[in-house]
Amino acid sequence: MTSDSTGASTMTENTTEIIPPMGKTGVNHFKPETGHIAIDGVSVDFGHGALAVSGASLDIQPGEFICLLGPSGCGKSTLMNTVAGFVQPISGAVRMDGEPIKAPGLDRGMVFQQHSLFPWKTVLDNVAFGPLMAGQPREKARSTARAFLEMVGLSTYAKRFPSVLSGGMKQRVGIARALANYPKVLLMDEPFGALDAQTRLVMQENLLQIWSEFGITVIFVTHDIDEAVFLADRVVVMSASPGRLIADIKVDLERPRSMAMATSPSFVRTKQQCLDLISAESKRAFEMQRAVG
Amino acid sequence: MAVSTTPEPIDTTVPAERQSATGRTETVPTQKRGVGARIPWGSYGVRVLAIVGALVLWYVLSATGFNFVVSFENVPDPIVVGKQLLVLLHSGEFYTHIAVSLRRILISFTIAAVLGILVGILMGRSRIFADIMMPYIETLRPIPAVAWIPLAILMFPTEESSIIYITALGAFFPVVLSTLHGVQQTPEVYVRAAKSLGAGRAAILRHVVLPGALPSIMSGLAIGMGVAWFSLLAGEIISGQYGIGYFTWNAYSLVEYENIVIGMLTIGGLGTLSTWLVKQASKPALRWQESNQ
Repeated sequence: MTSDSTGASTMTENTTEIIPPMGKTGVNHFKPETGHIAIDGVSVDFGHGALAVSGASLDIQPGEFICLLGPSGCGKSTLMNTVAGFVQPISGAVRMDGEPIKAPGLDRGMVFQQHSLFPWKTVLDNVAFGPLMAGQPREKARSTARAFLEMVGLSTYAKRFPSVLSGGMKQRVGIARALANYPKVLLMDEPFGALDAQTRLVMQENLLQIWSEFGITVIFVTHDIDEAVFLADRVVVMSASPGRLIADIKVDLERPRSMAMATSPSFVRTKQQCLDLISAESKRAFEMQRAVG
Repeated sequence: MAVSTTPEPIDTTVPAERQSATGRTETVPTQKRGVGARIPWGSYGVRVLAIVGALVLWYVLSATGFNFVVSFENVPDPIVVGKQLLVLLHSGEFYTHIAVSLRRILISFTIAAVLGILVGILMGRSRIFADIMMPYIETLRPIPAVAWIPLAILMFPTEESSIIYITALGAFFPVVLSTLHGVQQTPEVYVRAAKSLGAGRAAILRHVVLPGALPSIMSGLAIGMGVAWFSLLAGEIISGQYGIGYFTWNAYSLVEYENIVIGMLTIGGLGTLSTWLVKQASKPALRWQESNQ
């Protein structure tokens, strides 16, 4: 990886290299010994009687990459928010490394769908926010932030405001910001949902690169089957109303993954499996709605 | 005085697709255009002509003693007014009137800004405080400054303090309501992002709520400055020994008609100037809204 200054010069000279790939630090930041998530019989209330999530149980190993897959509104984000600590279950429990989760904390980094960077802070100060909140002095927090911006290839945008960034760049900064506190778990709520197809593919590869270096547990919410199969160790399929976990599919693709695998028999088989489950589920939901209506 | 709704930060970014040699696509923001664009020079020319046209019309109406519904018989023409202005500019007393008014504005506006922002934030952050304050604000706000004058004279020890009270009160309402509005508009995703990065209540207020509310607060201050002049003049006309409002009203009693016009124009100029200054002062803090160069 180049230093800040040379990075800046290649930027201005050659626009095609505007975005170098993320995650070329070559360092393993972590050993995946922590970041074990135990979701045990969790139900979440919408607040008006109806259940958003019903009796969900899931055990996630340290360093595992889990995709929560399901149709829009099935409660997959809600389930993830119980891990984040934003939502409290009405029954059941969520534990991380044996400790019950009560509130949001810097041991669980969040990446949101879009528009979550603080628009009034520079790109650098967005990333430095976590370390600052963790008690680092401002200058130290900024130097930590610089390292993470370098990792996602956006050092040259350090002093700019988020409004100048494209959607893909914003999500890179979002990932850098979430990782800057070295969390044990990374929670991603459809982070690439608003990106165009090609940017999304690049981001997926880069995310896997970062994940392999950090050895961090990832829970990734998506409604895109290809995305789920490409990224995950296990794809957990959810059904709608109420949100239940209906399948836990192990993805048998070796790592590192590449886009070429998208046509491999194993990929296609897993994808078909998810597709069947989801279409059966949507049909059931549709018929249930019709019966009610 | 109604509080204008804060304009959303205008996103002038128009992302354009840019494909690199490696086949990777990222959206790259292009140049800004449209709303934030400058006023063209030709437009300034038209504006100057409009003022010149008004002066000519005024001169003709005054010189001919126009009298139909509206009478210009006692209105001095612009040349007489201009000559009198030159005389006043060489007299110390005119400046004293201006200085006294400016001092009152400065004190009142500072009080209104500090109290308004403080109360607005407290109301936005505490339900109980908002419930306590709202009835007062809703009942007192529609009372015009002039209506306050008799009571203010009875309540305050000096005329000066009663004028400052009336002026500050007028400016207070737009500031407090705009601040409240800004604080209430804080997007939940920023609060969640901050919480997941380890921010507590105080840090969320400082790093998320306040900067997010700043555009709204600033527009409240600009409106407040306008209302401050409006209220000040009411106070000065009815009670006072100095000040530009007193000067204007006194000119009527003394049959110095040129001074009426000069007083009015001075009030307009000072009001415009001070509102402009408030807007200029807020610009550095709002740089992130227009950081698209």
